[in-house]
Amino acid sequence: MKYFIGIDIGSTCSKTVVMDENKNLIHKLLMPTGWSSIDTAENILKALNENGISAEESAIVATGYGRVSVPYADKSVTEITCHAKGACFLSGSDDVFAIDIGGQDTKIISIENGAVSDFLMNDKCSAGTGRFLEIMANTLSLRPEELCILAEKGSGVSISSMCTVFAESEVISLIGKGESRENIAFAVVDSIVKKVSSQAKRLSIGGRPVYLTGGLCEFDFLIRSLSDELGLKVKSSPDARFAGAIGAALSAFKVKK
Amino acid sequence: MNDKLPLNFEEFSEQRKAGFLRVKKVKEDGGHVAGTFCTYTPVEILDAAGFTPVSLCGMSAETIPDAEVHLPKNLCPLVKSSYGFAVSDKCPYTYFADLIVAETTCDAKKKMYELLNKIKPTYVLHLPQGLAGEAREAWRKELYRFKAYLEDTFGVEITDEALRKASEERNAERRAKLDLMELQKNVPPMLKGLDMYTTLEGSGFLFENDQRIASLKGLEKKVKDEYAEGKNLISVNEKRILVTGCPIGGVLHKTVKAIEESGGVVVCFENCTGIKAIRKQVDVEAEDIIGAIADRYIDIGCAVMTPDPNRMELLKELIAEYNIEGVIEIDLQACTPYCVEAFTISALMKEIGMPYMAIETDYSTSDSGQLLTRIEAFLERL
Repeated sequence: MKYFIGIDIGSTCSKTVVMDENKNLIHKLLMPTGWSSIDTAENILKALNENGISAEESAIVATGYGRVSVPYADKSVTEITCHAKGACFLSGSDDVFAIDIGGQDTKIISIENGAVSDFLMNDKCSAGTGRFLEIMANTLSLRPEELCILAEKGSGVSISSMCTVFAESEVISLIGKGESRENIAFAVVDSIVKKVSSQAKRLSIGGRPVYLTGGLCEFDFLIRSLSDELGLKVKSSPDARFAGAIGAALSAFKVKK
Repeated sequence: MNDKLPLNFEEFSEQRKAGFLRVKKVKEDGGHVAGTFCTYTPVEILDAAGFTPVSLCGMSAETIPDAEVHLPKNLCPLVKSSYGFAVSDKCPYTYFADLIVAETTCDAKKKMYELLNKIKPTYVLHLPQGLAGEAREAWRKELYRFKAYLEDTFGVEITDEALRKASEERNAERRAKLDLMELQKNVPPMLKGLDMYTTLEGSGFLFENDQRIASLKGLEKKVKDEYAEGKNLISVNEKRILVTGCPIGGVLHKTVKAIEESGGVVVCFENCTGIKAIRKQVDVEAEDIIGAIADRYIDIGCAVMTPDPNRMELLKELIAEYNIEGVIEIDLQACTPYCVEAFTISALMKEIGMPYMAIETDYSTSDSGQLLTRIEAFLERL
């Protein structure tokens, strides 16, 4: 087998990575998932072919909520297992505590000896997820990354509602009261950080490095706030948005074809 | 007492119509029907009084909108569904019940029963919320009061002889259930958890003890025969799962079915329809038969008890007896006792080194995808 491919079809964004047999990341691909994960899977295949990578000479593992919609994948593995493997790969450690802030869910994954030893996922609620950030940014006519940059200049305001819809009306009433955008942006980030860290504290971190994966991996202010809230240094890297896909590609090494 | 069919009868499915007609027949033959909600209900006393007990636990989202006219949204789906069936006349058993027998278990049920009593006469047994002090004695007295209430209200006599006979019959039914469940100690287990659960649940809707035992024994024989012939064998690679927590009839497909489609097999149900409610028998030789019945029931380990040592002990025993590889707790949303106790259970599992995951869900299908991911990930981890 020439290539080992991981495809992570997330709720918002689809991530693909290609590894060679030495586990070097030779190709990365990011595209919006759109409304049909089957179409997305086809587009990924096309893009791979354009780069001279064919499915026949590859072992392919799909993950993410659209993992069952990739007809050419050899296997599907859940994003929890994949993010765990990805976090180990990126952090260079087999004992890691991974926090994945995804589009529709946030996962807290405890990893020992390279394997998942426990995990938590938010139930039926989008507070503390990427979607929450996106909706609030939209209400403030900002892009999520702009919101995060503005947030650093704000302070003193908090959003108390844990429900995204109610939190949105809370934001709208703050706007109505003439509260500054910076302060509201701060409140939005603060709300995500508090929600995520209270979830994280339910599992014991136990001195392991904490690694943030998912689409917010380059949001410096959020990472710093999360570090302050947890009382330790949260690490991440630009490739951390590919953690699920990297984990899937690593799982592809075990596929027998 | 009303023995006419409800006005909306023709709108119902065939299965539900059949339920209405079967229970109507009980009434026409001069029988009394008692609706029950909980494994703490001392059915032996109802049997001995000539009642037909039938479970009224709501297991479908269908009637939740009916219930939310009176009840808050953020309430246990089982409580809402059950109440919804009662207010909407959609459940044959609630509709034809002469009496509902309920217990002071959780707050949601307790307060719902006050409202239910306005629709149907509801007798609430005061279940002590623990085993300490005079709890056992209080529960015995409570069952004596219940016996007197049935005798006075319905003009029946409940003799010790009838109580002993009912206890023997119920012991036999419990034994038959246990025999079926114990097939799962085999490696590989002899049947899928989903088949086990639906049979156990279905037997509760048969009105005669002989029919109930026959349905259980029937499945036991079929499964043993097939196993001996090597048919429908379950792979030894399937992970052996124990399910604990709330009643799960309303979430069976997105939990148990999902487990069994993702490489697991539920070999033990510790929860209400499962083993905790049947492991202990009534001592039919006891001098005080009501006391013996009371003792059997109060020892059931449920999160409504504080503290709840019997649940912890039973879990440890079952994990060893059934060679469990992972424990999945399935709790209903807004169930305070179980959702809080889940933390204690998770600590216990950590202590004995057993992989454990808690799921909190309701009767909607909105979280099916997320649940499947969590279940698959849990099984991948084993």
